[in-house]
Amino acid sequence: MIEAKKVFEAFQEYRGDAVVSVQGTSGKHWSDITTNQKRDISLGGAMGQSTSAVFGLALGLPDQKVVHFDTEGALLMNLGVLASIAGKQPKNFVHFLLDNGCYATTGGQPVPNSEEIDYAVMAEGSGYASTYNFDDLEELSTSLSEIMSQDGPTFVAIKVHPEVENLPIGMRERRQTRSRSQTISDLREELKIT
Amino acid sequence: MVEQQTEILRPETLIEEFEKNGVTHIITIPDSETNYLYELMEKQESLDVVPVSREGESMSVALGLNVAGKVPVVLIQNTGMMESGDSIRGMALDAGFPLLMVVGYRGWTRKGNTPDTAATYTEPFLNAFRINYYLVEHDADGPRISEAFQEARKTKRPVVVLIGDEYHGFNR
Repeated sequence: MIEAKKVFEAFQEYRGDAVVSVQGTSGKHWSDITTNQKRDISLGGAMGQSTSAVFGLALGLPDQKVVHFDTEGALLMNLGVLASIAGKQPKNFVHFLLDNGCYATTGGQPVPNSEEIDYAVMAEGSGYASTYNFDDLEELSTSLSEIMSQDGPTFVAIKVHPEVENLPIGMRERRQTRSRSQTISDLREELKIT
Repeated sequence: MVEQQTEILRPETLIEEFEKNGVTHIITIPDSETNYLYELMEKQESLDVVPVSREGESMSVALGLNVAGKVPVVLIQNTGMMESGDSIRGMALDAGFPLLMVVGYRGWTRKGNTPDTAATYTEPFLNAFRINYYLVEHDADGPRISEAFQEARKTKRPVVVLIGDEYHGFNR
């Protein structure tokens, strides 16, 4: 298993100009690491749906590399999105999955069949162009150049340590400094989208 | 009074309305009543058809396309719309962007008496979400689609066009 923060630190080296979306308890680290906040986008807002929204963004921005850091709890709520993505074969889309095996935000209850499930196999079977499985930081780091340079859709499942939160919602560390609408406005300004 | 629907709604009418309003993408799950429309859409160079696996995805994909400056339309059936409640809330209404949703009105009858609960709950569902809707039954109603587009653009909200043509002419 890898610390989610280390995943983001390794990814940052290869980000380039990619548009990046993160979510979940693991995603909170990205705001400390990103160096191009105007290309960070937040499209969450319904259960399991941010992946579909970022997929739509990738379709609409075929000349931009679009990267989404998903979580396994969210993906399980919207598994069909793997087939939807594979069906359109967006070459510019990289789909990371930070798999901590549990619903960390609700106290750490395991997701269904958390020990045995293989999300990369699901993505491969759905028709992604490339899929990967990592539970070792060095192996991930040495593969990131290839992952970020090849044609997608690419799926990268990574086992990460759970960072379970048990505090009442109102007492938790604030994860996002910009609202969804602000990230949309900033990205549109950055990419000159009218 | 019981009325019979004597005119049909041609799929070409929808395509014309989509072109008039600059639609770039149709996010859809095909159903048996709209297969000819699906075939027609795929032939349009101006339209990119995006099939999704479950209706709740359609509003989310539309949001992403809207952020990218595209003009998406959602094309689903009323049963799928009702399944999509959380997406309609979080990805369409809360996101505040203009979205036309064309919704097949399964079970609809002009006499208003239907054994199909898909129809029974369609308008109450839309009213619960405070989403305005236009009923399109035949070709003469085509301009209502542009009206719905205008309302969506003006209010930056989802607006629904209910296709009340099930079992009549939409299926070639």
